[in-house]
Amino acid sequence: MDFNQASEENLFDHARIVGKPHARIDGRLKVSGQAPYAYERHDVAAGQLVGYPLGATIAKGRITHMDATQALKAPGVAAVVTTLDVAPLNRAESNVARLFGGDVVEHYHQAIAVVVADTLERARGAANLIEVRYAEEDAEFDLEAALERLQNLGEPAADVGDVEAAIAKAPVTLDAVYRTSAQSHAMMEPHASIVDWSDGKAMTVWLSNQMIAWTRQALATTFDIDADAIRLESPYVGGGFGGKLWLRADTVLAALGSRAAGRPVKVALPRPLMFNNTTHRSATIQRLRIAAGEDGRITAFDHAAVSHTLPGGSGEDAVNQTRCFYAGENRRVAHHAIDLHLPESADMRAPGEASGLAALEIAMDEMAEKLDMDPVEFRILNDTQVDPEDPDKPFSQRHFVECLREGAERFGWEARNRTPGGRREGAWLIGHGMAGAYRGAPTLDSGARVRLARGRLVVETDMTDIGTGSYTIIAQTAAETMGLAMEDVEVRLGNSAYPVSSGSGGQFGAASATAGVYAACLALQKKIAAQLKVGAQLKAEELRFDQGRILGEGVDLALADVGDGDELVAEDKIHFGDFKEGLQIGTFAAHFIEVAVHAYTGETRLRRMLAVCDAGRILNPITARSQVLGGMTMAAGAALSEGLEVDRARGFFTNHDLAGYEVAVHADIPEQEVVFLETPDAASTPLKAKGVGELGICGVPAAIANAVYNATGVRVRDYPITVDRLVEGLAERAAHS
Amino acid sequence: MHPPDQLGRHRDASAACGDDHSPCTLHVNGTRHDLTLDNRTTLLDALREHLALTGAKKGCDHGQCGACTVAVNGTRINACLTLAVMHDGDEITTIEGHGTPESLDAMQQAFIDNDAFQCGYCTPGQICSATAILEEIRAGLPSHVTENLSTAIDLTDAEIRERMSGNLCRCGAYANILKAIHQVAEAHS
Ligand code: FES
Ligand code: FES
Repeated sequence: MDFNQASEENLFDHARIVGKPHARIDGRLKVSGQAPYAYERHDVAAGQLVGYPLGATIAKGRITHMDATQALKAPGVAAVVTTLDVAPLNRAESNVARLFGGDVVEHYHQAIAVVVADTLERARGAANLIEVRYAEEDAEFDLEAALERLQNLGEPAADVGDVEAAIAKAPVTLDAVYRTSAQSHAMMEPHASIVDWSDGKAMTVWLSNQMIAWTRQALATTFDIDADAIRLESPYVGGGFGGKLWLRADTVLAALGSRAAGRPVKVALPRPLMFNNTTHRSATIQRLRIAAGEDGRITAFDHAAVSHTLPGGSGEDAVNQTRCFYAGENRRVAHHAIDLHLPESADMRAPGEASGLAALEIAMDEMAEKLDMDPVEFRILNDTQVDPEDPDKPFSQRHFVECLREGAERFGWEARNRTPGGRREGAWLIGHGMAGAYRGAPTLDSGARVRLARGRLVVETDMTDIGTGSYTIIAQTAAETMGLAMEDVEVRLGNSAYPVSSGSGGQFGAASATAGVYAACLALQKKIAAQLKVGAQLKAEELRFDQGRILGEGVDLALADVGDGDELVAEDKIHFGDFKEGLQIGTFAAHFIEVAVHAYTGETRLRRMLAVCDAGRILNPITARSQVLGGMTMAAGAALSEGLEVDRARGFFTNHDLAGYEVAVHADIPEQEVVFLETPDAASTPLKAKGVGELGICGVPAAIANAVYNATGVRVRDYPITVDRLVEGLAERAAHS
Repeated sequence: MHPPDQLGRHRDASAACGDDHSPCTLHVNGTRHDLTLDNRTTLLDALREHLALTGAKKGCDHGQCGACTVAVNGTRINACLTLAVMHDGDEITTIEGHGTPESLDAMQQAFIDNDAFQCGYCTPGQICSATAILEEIRAGLPSHVTENLSTAIDLTDAEIRERMSGNLCRCGAYANILKAIHQVAEAHS
């Protein structure tokens, strides 16, 4: 089905199931420990062995010697495959560093061997017996130093108007530098795969992955085999956040181990290996200049940023959202990805915006203060309904101002602390902050197959559910379209035997995959119409599917009676047309935060978090709310505790486990409220839906930073805002008061 | 046992790997299992790999995430941080002992009612911990945030959050987990 123009009024505008709260249909399996994650599938292949990976302990250089003799002799060991045993594997498009093969080490903890044994303990023990010698090469690991040397914040991606002239003549300007730390996805389920490639021909892979079709193709490229010979299953994914978009070493090692041992092999990346072996979000250094008139209208933005990447990658583009979030005639943005030999940086939840808005939305707060304006009103004044670089290109929908007003009202923004450092309860300084959020709402073509037999519908698509609620919203979409109850729909996901979907990522999954399922259901309706044995041939559009029945002129039939007991199968995909390119389609939010900062220690405690979101039709308010809560929680970590620390001499992340890398824990998270505006967007999909999974992390770190400033009067522009970054300023202020 | 030689190295690969086995009896969810286990096998791997009870999850294998939480003789423990052979004769309760998909216990149901999970990977550990903390509070075991040690412990948000902080949830379901625990606590009181 082609989606070539904005939707008219349709069944989703009068929905019974879509848009209504429905508990997760995969919930019972998850709470009882019965949902099968990748590493747990004892039943899928007999005779599984365990592979244990070995990681390189240099960041750049060559392996001059590897000796696995002792490992091979160790009890229970079936095979050892070292990187020197294998010619360099092809690099799939989505991988920057080679995943295995050859003597070149491109980053620390790059996989250099896998030991296959009958148990984990034996494989791990034997892996310790492998001797490795390296010829280490000099490399650069320090973003600050590289930036200083380069003196270059990048070639502009956009340069509209005359930024320098606008800044020179503006009465109010800001010029400040902000830093975000490198971050790890740290999803709770480690990367894991079981691979059966025993005969070296057909390959079956049970893994934890967000993108089935991409990863299948990446495997085909990596091993130079036919994609048709590869089958992938990933029905449950224990969190991804972008870290499981790609083929990674767990699958490659399990495949090589399986071929070598002639048995199915499972590999889970040990947690301490994950941070340096897999991908992460790059750190950024961002310089922002903003100019405005006395009236508070912004006249210029200049946003330049650097991030780091292995040679050939793209880093973290923190400037893109600045192109169209706020009005202003003059604008320049530039991103420069600097080559460093740290592990591979790649996408993490809201790649770009999460870091970019963390800086931009502090800068907006600083501007509001210089202008002596309410930061909410400052943003409202600078709202735009068109792309500021291309005023002929409107936003399909943009209710950012409503988010701001609704949020201010609900939060009690009027009663906020108005003097930085001015409100105190005992030893605690109380502050309030807010920020805006903007994240695009992309869609990707997405397919599905539906099977109808005896009134029960099965939906099959290679879409994944990474905690996002795909199972549930897909069932809701199918039940709505076919006039069935939720109980009559079964959803099967994450299998390369099913039609290719959008997959999960980039906030495109929910909107795209449900549209694809809708398309497949319409194809089924056509088949049903063609089968009806009534006088005149009816078109599918002339039929209504309601409460398990098919109704139309001269037709009143139970869906259970269609097809004479035979299964009816239909397949289709949604194809999104070019018309979308004439529009900016995005999601928006306003975030409001209350913090308490300890006046002597600088400890920051979150007290309240509120998000008001404009994200199209919300398909299921329960699962969508959880997505936003999850984003806010991850953002709390990004703001206050998360940061990969670089060993600048040896080139690796030192805090490479869950003790050293501090994600938000339960005690860090206060009362959280999420509000969705009713804003179906007809230009987005037939369901008028957009994603929310990434919106929730956008802007929140800045709202927290602004609240900390409001509490203390100490402006911190470097994340995470840890006590060491606050105490000096707190002491200074205490000395002067 | 194979003692290390004078250089501190082990004599052969088998010794270097510490490849010794011991008999061990575990009572898991009321069922007795007589096992012979590699001494290095954690309780978590004994459950997941030897008994195919994969409800307890492995998030870190280092006692840092709580995904592997189970009850041993009524006390919650990180099953990855203890060796199976140390639990000869012990009573273990895993998520599989709480309820099945067809017959959930109150905490499992409360997690569904409050959407207290997303990806579900931390969830069995959260449920095992949540069940245990209500017992701990009832039994008067104080936590870091308990205000008064001489009276019964109030079931405050702070008390629950503190006690649940060893169970990470990267999906960020904490707000809903809190509600689920309150739901069960209120039903009991
Ligand atoms: S797996 Fe045991 S604490 Fe993480
Ligand atoms: S539900 Fe995914 S980590 Fe908790």
